[in-house]
Amino acid sequence: MSGRLLEITQLSKRFGGVTALDQFEMTVNRGEILGLIGPNGSGKTTSFNVVTGIYAPSQGKILFDGQDITGFTPQQVYKAGVARTFQRSRLCLPLSILDNIMIGNYGRLSKGLWFNLINRRAFQAEFEEGFDQAQALIRTFSASLADRMFEPVGSLPMIERRRIEICRALISRPKLLLLDEPSAGMTHDETKQLMDDILDVRSRIADLSVVIIEHEMGVIERITDRCIVLNYGRKICEGTYGQISTDPEVQQAYLGAE
Amino acid sequence: MTAKTLDLPKKSWLGLPALAIGLIFVALVTVYGWLFLHAESEMEVLALLVAAAIGVVAGTRSGATRNVSVAMNQHSGIMNAAIIGGVLVVIGLLSQEHFSLLMLTSVLLYLTAALGLNVQFGYTGMVNFAGAAFFGIGAYTAAVMTMHTGVPPLLILLCGGVAAALIGFVLVLPVVRTRGHYSAVVTIAFAVLFKTFLEVNDVLGGPQGLTVGSMSILGWDFNSSPTLFGVEMSFYVNYALLGTVLAAVAFMFTRRLERSWLGLTLDSVRLDETASACFGIGVTRAKILAFTFGNVLAGTAGALYGMMISFIAPTSFTFSDSLLLVAIVLLGGMGNPWGTAVAAAIVVVLPEKLQIIQEYRFLLFSVLVIVMLLFRPDGLLPRQIRTYIPGWRKQP
Repeated sequence: MSGRLLEITQLSKRFGGVTALDQFEMTVNRGEILGLIGPNGSGKTTSFNVVTGIYAPSQGKILFDGQDITGFTPQQVYKAGVARTFQRSRLCLPLSILDNIMIGNYGRLSKGLWFNLINRRAFQAEFEEGFDQAQALIRTFSASLADRMFEPVGSLPMIERRRIEICRALISRPKLLLLDEPSAGMTHDETKQLMDDILDVRSRIADLSVVIIEHEMGVIERITDRCIVLNYGRKICEGTYGQISTDPEVQQAYLGAE
Repeated sequence: MTAKTLDLPKKSWLGLPALAIGLIFVALVTVYGWLFLHAESEMEVLALLVAAAIGVVAGTRSGATRNVSVAMNQHSGIMNAAIIGGVLVVIGLLSQEHFSLLMLTSVLLYLTAALGLNVQFGYTGMVNFAGAAFFGIGAYTAAVMTMHTGVPPLLILLCGGVAAALIGFVLVLPVVRTRGHYSAVVTIAFAVLFKTFLEVNDVLGGPQGLTVGSMSILGWDFNSSPTLFGVEMSFYVNYALLGTVLAAVAFMFTRRLERSWLGLTLDSVRLDETASACFGIGVTRAKILAFTFGNVLAGTAGALYGMMISFIAPTSFTFSDSLLLVAIVLLGGMGNPWGTAVAAAIVVVLPEKLQIIQEYRFLLFSVLVIVMLLFRPDGLLPRQIRTYIPGWRKQP
């Protein structure tokens, strides 16, 4: 399969008098890693929040996998096949690694009262299946985490939390993964490890498209196929890392005019 | 809020298997419960309190309590049966004493209601300051139905729960549309409204209240004294037995709810609504489920409570009583049903036993809650990591 997975056209989001996204356009192709960069406050996270339904767009259209998902609730967007991580890790810290990953799989879990409260045999079967699935997934990131499925996430260092967050997003088998600054709060070495993980995931799940918001240009250069640069809520440039890094408008946005 | 995982302790206490220690523990608690409920003088009560403090310290120091937790986790079936057996033994030992049995049954019914609150508050993060109101709805339903209909009283218990759930639906709309403190304020308003409504409503007896008919199952009237081997027992034995059944069932369902995907959903909603929504979790659905579940438990417990004390008035279901229920949940440890059980026993029995406390009980419990929140915010028995299937270990 090839072609476009996500098409955003003329998307605007205003908060009162502030225009966070201004006629924003973005296309994500199937199987690619797209970098989303721009100075602070340029609308990167807002674009994720609008796509995932946390904010309703003021204007514009979002097409995902041939379906118009403009104005969908977060639950509907998740069902359509979009999963995300958050800028400030939003895991449930008192809950176990297993719990956190299973939350990502909510769409596939049985939610009936009879199933959960009365028919415990069936529940146990589904639980064991879910446990194996979650454990296998986390093992691809970190074998040590896989042996500690019942430990609270709050006791783990940042890089492990990011890995769990990515697993929580991946277990739903999304078509599109949105990563909001996965390297935030991590050291250089940790960032490198995490990026290795992400590339590894991509190589195993051929059809997965990833959009990644990132500030570290080294990361962007290494893992993205294509980049979009935002400034003041507008797209100012698009192309490979080589193309955008030499673009005068991009340089001006980051470094200021002479 | 740090939950700890349950590891096998390095060495077992006195070299005994965990299950044996668990059963000894249940036996000790049974004897203690009997002595405490039976105690007449305040000196006895104080001595027992000191003994409990020493026991807790000794148990923690020697590692015996860890073994008890392990026993609870790995042999949950036997341990639960033993605990129910313990309660039955206490009922048997106290079978002549009206007042002790009344207290014991009150503990069991308050526990049932507090378990419901635990689901709302401890799991889902919805503070319900109208617990006593839902308890009261159950009691008033029982009063009206026992006096004016021929519905079998056992069914009336369920009707009490259903009535509480239905009235809860009216409240759920503003509760779900608001968050945190605001939804707490909605429930406070409801609690006050409920009592005022009862006081001015003549159909429901006004401030004088209503008489409630007794419980009876297939001709077995609960208000008549049962005899066993020719010995006449207090009629409260009937209520204590049914209270035990009710609390056990409520406990089982609360536990199962926690140890299921639904419980996971509730926790997720409490901890982060936005992230929950991004993973498809219906936040409103989860809140309605938890609110209704809790109200059904409170209403059912209230219905049996009404039948037991056979006379109810608005003053039995005030805002202060709701606070007491919230205090039980906080004191025991949010989200831990065993903690709720311990706290229910303390909050209900202690003021009855120590007359000095009786007058100041609301003051003392307020102070206790503040002290707990400051120094031990996870409660007496902090909640543990969710084990979906007790004793489950992955087959290698």
